[in-house]
Amino acid sequence: MAAVSETKKTVAELGEKYKYGFVTDIEMERAPKGLNEDVVRFISAKKGEPDWMLQWRLGAYRRWREMTEPTWARVHYPKIDYEDAYYYAAPKTTAKPKGLDEVDPKLLETYKKLGIPLHEQKLLAGVAVDAVFDSVSVATTFKAKLEEAGVIFCPISEAIREHGDLVRKYLGSVVPVTDNFFATLNSAVFSDGTFVYVPKGVRCPMELSTYFRINASETGQFERTLIIADEGSYVSYLEGCTAPKRDEHQLHAAVVELIALEGAEIKYSTVQNWYPGDEEGKGGIYNFVTKRGDCRGARSKISWTQVETGSAITWKYPSCILRGEGSVGEFYSIAITNHFQQADTGTKMIHLGKNTRSRIISKGISAGKAQNTYRGLVSVHPKAANARNYTQCDSLLIGRECGAHTVPYIEARNKTARVEHEATTSKIAEDQLFYCTSRGIPQEEAVALIVNGFCREVLQQLPMEFAVEAQKLVGISLEGSVA
Amino acid sequence: MLEIKNLHVAVGGKEILKGLTLAISAGEVHAIMGPNGSGKSTLSYVLAGREGYEITGGAITYRGENLAELSPEKRSAKGIFLAMQYPVEIPGVTTLTFLKTALNAQRRARNEPELDALAVLKLVRSKAASLNVPEEMLKRALNFGFSGGEKKKLEILQMALFEPALAILDETDSGLDIDALKLVADGVNRLRSPERAMLVITHYQRLLNFIVPDRVHVMAGGRIVAKGGKELALELEAKGYGHWTKDAA
Ligand SMILES: Nc1ncnc2c1ncn2[C@@H]1O[C@H](COP(=O)(O)OP(=O)(O)OP(=O)(O)O)[C@@H](O)[C@H]1O
Ligand SMILES: [Mg+2]
Repeated sequence: MAAVSETKKTVAELGEKYKYGFVTDIEMERAPKGLNEDVVRFISAKKGEPDWMLQWRLGAYRRWREMTEPTWARVHYPKIDYEDAYYYAAPKTTAKPKGLDEVDPKLLETYKKLGIPLHEQKLLAGVAVDAVFDSVSVATTFKAKLEEAGVIFCPISEAIREHGDLVRKYLGSVVPVTDNFFATLNSAVFSDGTFVYVPKGVRCPMELSTYFRINASETGQFERTLIIADEGSYVSYLEGCTAPKRDEHQLHAAVVELIALEGAEIKYSTVQNWYPGDEEGKGGIYNFVTKRGDCRGARSKISWTQVETGSAITWKYPSCILRGEGSVGEFYSIAITNHFQQADTGTKMIHLGKNTRSRIISKGISAGKAQNTYRGLVSVHPKAANARNYTQCDSLLIGRECGAHTVPYIEARNKTARVEHEATTSKIAEDQLFYCTSRGIPQEEAVALIVNGFCREVLQQLPMEFAVEAQKLVGISLEGSVA
Repeated sequence: MLEIKNLHVAVGGKEILKGLTLAISAGEVHAIMGPNGSGKSTLSYVLAGREGYEITGGAITYRGENLAELSPEKRSAKGIFLAMQYPVEIPGVTTLTFLKTALNAQRRARNEPELDALAVLKLVRSKAASLNVPEEMLKRALNFGFSGGEKKKLEILQMALFEPALAILDETDSGLDIDALKLVADGVNRLRSPERAMLVITHYQRLLNFIVPDRVHVMAGGRIVAKGGKELALELEAKGYGHWTKDAA
C-alpha cells in the first residue's frame, strides 16, 4: 500500500504547475526492495517468461554487477542507491485484463486525467494506444484492427510469450546487453514496454502510441520497447510519459530498439514530461535512457523526434546506425530545462554504409538555473563513401543563471564524407517580448509563443494529433521562467 | 481620452522627455512632428508601457486611469495600440498565429469570448484584403524577412484587427510607397470615429494630406514646443525645425 500515502487532495493543491502530478490510489504488488538474482527471477516469473528470457536477464544482471555508472555527462546528482528502490510494482489486480472492460476503473480514470481515454470509441481517430502503468501494460487498444493488417502491437511481456521467435531474434540486437550501465540494468529488470512488428510491405494503418506512467513511490521504471519494421513497411510511433509529483528522485532507465529492414521507415516520437522536480530542485525523475535504431536494410529510414520537457535529469541519445546502403537517419529534438533541471541529450549518427545521410536539428532551451547540453556524435566509417550529415544546434537562453552547452564530436574516416555543423546561441530579446505584450499577450504566453517559434522545425515533425499538446507543454514547462 | 501632464521620462538614467504636456480628446487625430532624436518614439514607448522607460515626473491619464500602473498587455486590452517605427521579427511564429494569439489575449482580458481559428482567419482575411496584404504573408513568420513597407502594412493590419480606442502610429508612413501610403491612410481614416483618438508621428506633411489632423504638435528636446492646426505642418515643411529647436535645447 505504498502509493496510498498521498491522496487526491494533493491533486487539487498541485494546481496548474505540474498537472500530471497526481497519484492514483491503488493497491500495488511489488518485488522486495533492492536488487539481486531473486528479484530478477521474481520479475521473470511474474511475467510467465520462458527460460531463455530468464537466462538473458540473469546474464545482464551479473554483467551489471561488474559495471560502474558513467560520469562523462554534464549532469550532477547525488549517488543513486540501487538497493534502496523497488524494481517491480504492478497494480494488484488478480489476473491480467483481457479487454478494457476488465481494467480497474481507477486506472482508466488515471489515463482520463492524463488526457488519454482508453475506450476505443473515444480515442483520437487513428491512434492506437498501449498504456504502461508502473511496471505493467494495462491496455492496448485497436488491437483487432491492427491484427487485420498483420501488425503486432502489444505489451512486450506478451510478445515474449506469444511471439518468442521474433523477440529472441531482435531483442538486444541493437542495444546489446552489455551496452552501458543503464541499458544493462534495464536488460536485467525490465518489466514491460511495447512490442511492434510491421510485416513486409505494410503501411501501419494508424499512429501507434504508448503512454508510460510512473505511479508508485520509490519505484524505478524500466520499460523496454522493440519495434521491427520489415521490408518496405512504415510505422509511426509516439510515446508519452508522465509521473506524479514526489519529493524523492525516481529512476527511469528505458531501452528502445528499432530495426528497419530494407526500404522500411520508422518514425519515433517522444513527448517526455516526467515530473521535473519543484522550483527548488526537489524531487523529479532521473531519466537515463538508451534509444537506438538500426537501419539494417538498404534505403531504410529512422527518424527520431523528441520533445523533452520533464525529468530532473535527462540523459539520452537516440541514435541511428546507418548500416544499409543509402539509409537515412534523422534526429529532431527539443529539450527544455527550467529551474534546476539538467539535460544532457543528443544523438549518434553512425554512418557505416555507402551514400548514407543524416540530419540533426536540436533546439535547446534553458531557463532558471537549468543546464542544457547537446552532445552529438557523427561518425563516418571508412566504407561509408559519400556519407552526408547536416547538424544544426540552436540554443535559447532565458535569464542569466542558466547554461547551454554544445559538444559535437565528428569522426570522418572517409574522404568523400561531407559533415556540416552549425550552432547558434541566442536570448529572447526584450524587444520581442515587448512587441508581444504591447499587442496584449501576457509575458508568459509571449515566452511560450516565442519559444514555440524557435522550435517550429522540430514541432512540425510530430504527428499532427500530438503537435498541439506539445506546443502547450512547451508553454507549461517554461512557467515561472520570466520575472 | 489621453492627458499627459509635465511628463519627464528617463531611459538608462538619461532624461529624454523633459516636461511634455499633451491632451487628446476622443474623436481627435493629433500629429506630432519633430527632428530626429527629439523623443517621439520615446513618448510612444512610454504610452505603450515599455520596460526601462522610467517616468521620473508628471503623469499620464488614459480614460481617467493612471497609465503608469498598467502593464503593456493591460493597456492593449484597454484599447491602446502602438504601430512601431521598427516592428520586431519573431522567427518561427507565423503571422496568423501571432494575430490570433494577440486578439484572443485581448479578448480574454476583457472577458469577451475567444474566437476560434476559423473566425480569426475570416476576420484577418477581410482586413488583409482592404489593405492589399497578400494571404501568403500571413503564413510567413512574423515580420521575418518582410520588407520595410510590408512590416508597416502589417502594423496597420493589426490596428484594423484590434480596433483600438487610442492608436499611436510611429512613423508608419516611412518606407511606404505612394500606393501603400494611401491604403494605410484609408485604413486609418476608416477607423476614425467619435469614440477613438489617434496620435500620428511623422516626418512628412504628405501623410497629413491623407490623414488630416485636428492638431499638429512640434516636438523638440523632449518637449512640445509649438502647436497649431494642420497648417502648422505646411509651415514646418517650408521652414524646417530650426526656428523651434533654437530655444528648445
Ligand atoms: N536606451 C537609451 N539610452 C540612452 N539614450 C537613448 C536610449 N534610447 C533612446 N535614447 C535617446 O533618446 C533620444 C530620443 O530618441 P527617440 O527614439 O525617442 O527619438 P525620435 O524622436 O523618435 O527620433 P526619430 O525621428 O529619429 O525616430 C535620442 O537621442 C536617443 O539616442
Ligand atoms: Mg522615432
